[in-house]
Amino acid sequence: MSILALDPILTRRAEVQQAAAASLRRRQWRSRIALGLCMACVAISLVPLVAVVGYTIERGAPIWSADFFSHVSTPEGIPGGGIWNSIMGSLIIDGIATAGSIPLGLAIGLFLAQSDSRTAGVIRFAADVMAGMPSIVVGIFAYGILVTTLHHFSAIAGSFGIGIIMLPIIIRASEGAFRTVPKDLSEAALSLGAKNAAVARRVLLPTAAPGLFTAVLLAVARGAGESAPLIFTAIGSQYFVANPLQPMAAMPLTIYLDGIQAYPELQQFAWGTGLLLLVVVLVLAATGRLAAARLGGGRK
Amino acid sequence: MADGPHAAVGTVHMQPSVTDDASNATAGTKTVLALRGLTVSFSGRPAVRDVTFDVPEGQVTALIGPSGSGKTTLLRALNRLHDSARTAKVTGSVVLNGTDVYGSDLHPTLLRSRVGMVFQRPNPFPAMSIYDNVVSGLRFNGIRKKSLLNEAAESALIAAALWDRVRDRMGARAGTLSGGEQQRLCIARSLAVEPEVLLMDEPTSALDPQATRRIEDLVGELSDRVTIVIVTHNMQQAARISQRCAFLLMAEDRAGELIEVGPTKQIFGSPQDPRTADYVEGRFG
Repeated sequence: MSILALDPILTRRAEVQQAAAASLRRRQWRSRIALGLCMACVAISLVPLVAVVGYTIERGAPIWSADFFSHVSTPEGIPGGGIWNSIMGSLIIDGIATAGSIPLGLAIGLFLAQSDSRTAGVIRFAADVMAGMPSIVVGIFAYGILVTTLHHFSAIAGSFGIGIIMLPIIIRASEGAFRTVPKDLSEAALSLGAKNAAVARRVLLPTAAPGLFTAVLLAVARGAGESAPLIFTAIGSQYFVANPLQPMAAMPLTIYLDGIQAYPELQQFAWGTGLLLLVVVLVLAATGRLAAARLGGGRK
Repeated sequence: MADGPHAAVGTVHMQPSVTDDASNATAGTKTVLALRGLTVSFSGRPAVRDVTFDVPEGQVTALIGPSGSGKTTLLRALNRLHDSARTAKVTGSVVLNGTDVYGSDLHPTLLRSRVGMVFQRPNPFPAMSIYDNVVSGLRFNGIRKKSLLNEAAESALIAAALWDRVRDRMGARAGTLSGGEQQRLCIARSLAVEPEVLLMDEPTSALDPQATRRIEDLVGELSDRVTIVIVTHNMQQAARISQRCAFLLMAEDRAGELIEVGPTKQIFGSPQDPRTADYVEGRFG
């Protein structure tokens, strides 16, 4: 190796290292500023969350008691009572909605993950549009389809509306979960002589299970908080009713109906219910994320 | 390939035999990288343990060993790529030309401009042109001087045997090149900042035999310009292109142990450890 041939390289190496060292301080400052801006944005975006949660706790927490959760509501002017009927109503309405939208949503999600056809494209687009559909429109749709034809308000019509809200969320989230399953796993199963149905049941479903669990929890969390479809359908009830063909109370309805009353006691009810709903949604969302992080780590 | 100013000079090691010129591996050469008790753990479990050896200047050192023996983990410790992994912990020391790589007086950013890396799969920046790819490292390091950028780009592309292919289409997207050309572009990109050491992590594993051959030829030519540490799972490749070999092995719960290090000729011809002999002769791994 002659020194002559290496010379320009060594010169350039020195020049590069010098420039890199000279600009390091400036680059570090830029990094710090960029990082600072990011942190500031995070902090700003946390303000509404903290404010809403904080204020709801402040207003809602005082009314929380054993009676509040275990008694049905009392008529206006009569002290006491609780939201037992609302809690049970929400469980029934959202339970039916979940039971209906899970199989449908997972099936469609699986189809979308497996197919690149035009049909799949159209369905995917439809699901996106559905996800962005104003819930008030879903409410009037459920009203038109079920309430006017059955001639009375009913919890089942509310479940229908909530299910419509949940469906696109389950579809898109489960499609994502199914897509995380490496293609070669399905191809390995196919190469062993598995039918498509067996691949879906024995390979895709169990492998994607953590993601699907998260998808469902997020959808339930979204559905549980919806009020607009229920205003048109389940309408609310003072009593505990288990028959889904009858009008039924639900937590979002209690918040809406009691919250707009002039009586401070009823407004207190609305805040207490709001806090409970907030807790439920936070727990569902947190469980979903945790499950995704915990179970998702199994396979890289 | 022979049109570069550095290609025609120096020793080119392409012979598949193990009877390489032994003088290259003898003592007296300067040590560029000194590894002392280097241990890399993930979540407390060591993947590389207590590795000590020297990387001499101007040579190709191959890290060999079966899958999971910690070759890549060891390589990535040399330019602090484990820094961003929260569970990773590196102990021991690596000294680059007298500077402690993990010391506080060397910023990781500056270290990495001195120790370049080429990855398993060609990874040119897809949104950049060929030219922008080659000079990206210089720009990252704050260099704006046009003449220096051009000069470095040409020199690096010539050294990577890509100049004739791309000189008329420097503005084209890097994705328009073939896989082998993309990998040579990545090599040129690394060379443009004139690093002291070039780390190569199985750089031919995603390439076809012909592209592999060109990269192998290139590695031999480049060792005049930059010290190379290359991970390979291919024994023939290690024998063809390296002057020194470090053999790593994992036994039960003992991943990442350095079994033997020495001139390639010795590792393949008369290994000191029976496990090395078993491996290089293909009896396991």
